[in-house]
Amino acid sequence: MTTLSKPMAPPSPLREFWSYFSANRGALIGLYYIIFLILLIIFADVISPYHPYEQYRQSFLMPPVWEAGGSWAHILGTDDVGRDMLSRLIHGARYSMLAGAMVVTLSLIIGIVLGVLAGFYRGTFEVVIMRIADVMLAVPSLLLAIAVVAVLGPSLLNAAMAIVVVSMPHYIRLARASTISEMSKDYVISSRVAGASSFRLMFVAVLPNCMAPLIVQATLGFSNAILDMAALGFVGLGAQPPIPEWGSMLADARQFVQSAWWVVTFPGVMILTTVLAFNLMGDGLRDALDPKLKQ
Amino acid sequence: MTAVLQATDLKKHYAVTQGFLKPKASVKALDGVSFTLHAAKTLAVVGESGCGKSTLAKLLTLIETPTEGGLHFDGEFKDVHQPAVVKSLRRQIQIIFQNPYGSLNPRKKIGSILEEPLIINTDLSAAERKEKALEMLQKVGLRPEHYSRYPHMFSGGQRQRIAIARGLMLNPKVLIADEPVSALDVSVQAQVLNLLMDLQEELKLAYIFISHDLSIVEHIADEVLVMYLGKVVEYADKETLFTAPKHPYTRALLSSTPRIHPEQRIERIQLKGEMPSPIDPPTGCAFHTRCQFVNDRCKQETPELITTDGAQIACHAVQEARLPYL
Repeated sequence: MTTLSKPMAPPSPLREFWSYFSANRGALIGLYYIIFLILLIIFADVISPYHPYEQYRQSFLMPPVWEAGGSWAHILGTDDVGRDMLSRLIHGARYSMLAGAMVVTLSLIIGIVLGVLAGFYRGTFEVVIMRIADVMLAVPSLLLAIAVVAVLGPSLLNAAMAIVVVSMPHYIRLARASTISEMSKDYVISSRVAGASSFRLMFVAVLPNCMAPLIVQATLGFSNAILDMAALGFVGLGAQPPIPEWGSMLADARQFVQSAWWVVTFPGVMILTTVLAFNLMGDGLRDALDPKLKQ
Repeated sequence: MTAVLQATDLKKHYAVTQGFLKPKASVKALDGVSFTLHAAKTLAVVGESGCGKSTLAKLLTLIETPTEGGLHFDGEFKDVHQPAVVKSLRRQIQIIFQNPYGSLNPRKKIGSILEEPLIINTDLSAAERKEKALEMLQKVGLRPEHYSRYPHMFSGGQRQRIAIARGLMLNPKVLIADEPVSALDVSVQAQVLNLLMDLQEELKLAYIFISHDLSIVEHIADEVLVMYLGKVVEYADKETLFTAPKHPYTRALLSSTPRIHPEQRIERIQLKGEMPSPIDPPTGCAFHTRCQFVNDRCKQETPELITTDGAQIACHAVQEARLPYL
């Protein structure tokens, strides 16, 4: 109601952001799908009809309910060892989202710290960090991730670490570029004149103004992390069986592509829709946070 | 009358790379500037862009350290190469910038912008800080409800008021204003200037007012320092400078200011060419390339600042009394 009583006051940044973001239909759909996935993860144990590891020996490779031979007991059918597909997919969302969240958080934090330091101190320090980042970007990301996992040993956690290493250079570059452009603004100088320490200048004055591109990169990085995770799982370097990670589910079932399409299709569809939702939301965030696109 | 701030022979040279395998050149952004600033007085610094005005502001606010020369504050010599001295001086010398759109952090509310200097430099509690910030908002003509708004909700003039309020939060003795009104509308300029003058009277502030607009300088200044290519060419009190400008460069600047009264107008002097590059300044008097009264001595010998009729002037032609208008 405060906005009504003072019609001249511009809307708060959050409200303004929401009005731009919600104008983008695709971004909204992406956001709703992600909220749906998050609810799925939280209530996975309640929603899923069976335990993801439990085998039903009377029904191997049972087709989904609408196919001939399907039954309501296993709505999306069962896999080659008789586990319920729907339950495995619901629990698989946990691993994919967990990997995405872990990768994005870690690479964002490390990338921001290194990037802001490089942009703030310039000189030799910057050159060293940026050239290392360039070298990492020059190697194909999946190949580098495979190499890292090969060193650390295959597991869900190690795969996530490998993806952190691979996606970090993007955040370093972004953070450094926005830090450099913000450092030249007068408000930084006035903070300095007020006696602000280097730490305060970097993380209290400058960093909040650099966050917009980083948030966008983080959402898009989330989908990349899920995709890379699935790829590592597919080549057997990610989650190990019987963990129902979508990528390794795909890999385990690939000999049934011809005979039992549902074992392969459903994990693939989940990966596709999740990545799509994150990309749509990332696009919407970019449009809403980019001041140049605002009227 | 007490001198608050005294600068002696301030110099700032920057090393610039000219290219691969070439020796580094030195840019003399500021080349020997001295002045004395008194309490509750305004010293205006004028000159074309590139003459070293903003470098002077950076040196005085201690963002950069001078290559040579020193500062006296309240009659005491201050070694600006010592961090502790710099920290204590920061509370006394504050700055307002030209562009009020860039000088306020867009992600912070006005309250936290105003309180930041207090958080860094004092041990006041949150409630005390808020009280001080509200007091200062009122002093610069803003309302208490502006405390929790963001900078983008304000007009240019209001933002400049906020910038002034932030500058005054630590009760400084010297406020450096780097073209504080040149980004504002003329009507708003007058309001901000009047605010600055009221605050000066109330708080006995000393201003260093950097500007290129001579009509504003005439309105607000007590003394004027005219700079050209990092050097002072004329340093006089306002009346002397505006009624009897002596240095050819000062005359050229003054002649470019529009005047309402015909008797105040002086012959329009059009300066030819650009200011020479500070990487490769001309020999002798820096102004000789564009001066209409140039002779051989000007081209070889650098003129010193010499007091003539109440003004300090660096010009051979003035000393030799060969200027037609004197």
